[in-house]
Amino acid sequence: MGYNALRILKEGLTGNSGWKPIWRSPQPKSEYDMIIVGGGGHGLSTAYYLAKNHGITNVAVLEKGHIGSGNIGRNTTIVRANYFLPGNSEFYSHSLKLWEGLEQELNYNVMMSQRGVIMLCHSDGQRDAFARRGNAMINQGDDAELWSPEKVRAEIPYLDFDNTRFPIYGGLMHGRGGSARHDAVAWGYARGADRLGVDLIENCEVTGIDVVGGVVKGVHTSRGVIRAKKVGIVTAGRSSQVAAMAGIEVPIESHVLQAFVSEGLKPAIDHVISYGMGHFYISQSNKGGLVFGGDLDFYASYAQRGNLPMMEHVMEAGMTLMPAIGKAKVLRSWGGIMDMTPDGSFVIDRTAVDGLYMDCGWCYGGFKAVPASGWCMAHLMAEDRPHEVAKRHTFERFETGEGLMDEEGTGSQHNLH
Amino acid sequence: MRINCPLCGERDRREFYYLGAADYLDRPSEGASEAMHRYLHIRKNPTQLTKDLWQHEAGCAAWLVIERNVTTHEILSVALANETAK
Repeated sequence: MGYNALRILKEGLTGNSGWKPIWRSPQPKSEYDMIIVGGGGHGLSTAYYLAKNHGITNVAVLEKGHIGSGNIGRNTTIVRANYFLPGNSEFYSHSLKLWEGLEQELNYNVMMSQRGVIMLCHSDGQRDAFARRGNAMINQGDDAELWSPEKVRAEIPYLDFDNTRFPIYGGLMHGRGGSARHDAVAWGYARGADRLGVDLIENCEVTGIDVVGGVVKGVHTSRGVIRAKKVGIVTAGRSSQVAAMAGIEVPIESHVLQAFVSEGLKPAIDHVISYGMGHFYISQSNKGGLVFGGDLDFYASYAQRGNLPMMEHVMEAGMTLMPAIGKAKVLRSWGGIMDMTPDGSFVIDRTAVDGLYMDCGWCYGGFKAVPASGWCMAHLMAEDRPHEVAKRHTFERFETGEGLMDEEGTGSQHNLH
Repeated sequence: MRINCPLCGERDRREFYYLGAADYLDRPSEGASEAMHRYLHIRKNPTQLTKDLWQHEAGCAAWLVIERNVTTHEILSVALANETAK
């Protein structure tokens, strides 16, 4: 089923009665070549690229709820490739390139909007660090521009430039960054995978993983036993629990991250703006709501709702940066559960069990990674060797200390990111 | 979330610093690299009850072991870290 302007016009004139579900609801088969546990953005993109890039179509995606009902359905939708460290740099660069072609690839409108992501700086040292980061981004083949305070003032005039504590010294603009429609990404990948023959099994909770002699044999689910030669765990937010079903322990501590949406306003904020000194970032959705957030609540949690102190801190930071938004009313807030790793970077790797792979540890940055995460996880599962741009993202780095990717430079232990 | 410090009484969560799982009290001997890796990085990461180390940073500065339900925010017990066997 294609989407085009003529079709929309026709459906509009005929009561929208011609739209049909865009993926099947198949019964699970007793056996697949590969099973992906988790029908979120990463799981769906993994399934899509297994079929598309590797021709492996006898695949099931097992989702305990409905497709796209986890963090892919609720996040702040930012897409960017402004990382510094080798490992992250090439991975997110690859992801952004996939984002740029995603709508054509999927024939699905993911509302990719390259409106620019600017990180503000507030000291000479931070400006120097951003200049260095910008050079790293350019060396990676991505775009970066160091904006002077005058340039920032001309483009984003409503900020509090002369703030006593954190005056604005400029910013690092990443013009190809921006935002995309979060759940359309899930739906687009789901539809694409389904069309290539992947079975998307909803309301199918994995309750156990069969391991015999160190080799994975399949999974137990709320809809029966399903056998498979290879299983991929793509359940960030619940990685520890699913891994434990196979006797695997992971270097992950789960934390809650809150985000907020205001009432709809006329277009006011053109870019994605991040204000690191105040732990605050903001953009404006296509519906007009201000979408913003800050830092973790900083204690282990699965509550899917945060506490008031961090909420207050985020509001204060927002008011400090752009006092004008103080008149906007907050419409809703939520807390998502993040797989936090010691160094703040993710893992796409094999496990100690043959045929069992994990894609996890996305910390608070999983959304922008959806295309490349699936691309690399599919590569790992199909070829049984890591993809070039994700080869550094191993479990082993924590044990050996080699190749840690501590992007924030705060250390490589839990609770530091 | 409010925490009942054994020394100071019930206080706002903002006065407390969260360090991590109370497994931190169980430091392996030096040179045990596999054990040290597990100690530093590997987490049980339970979805219900957990015991964590907190410090009453903006109060009496005591280190506390707090038993907490991570799904409901309910706090079940608070004890001084140096008086508790993990």
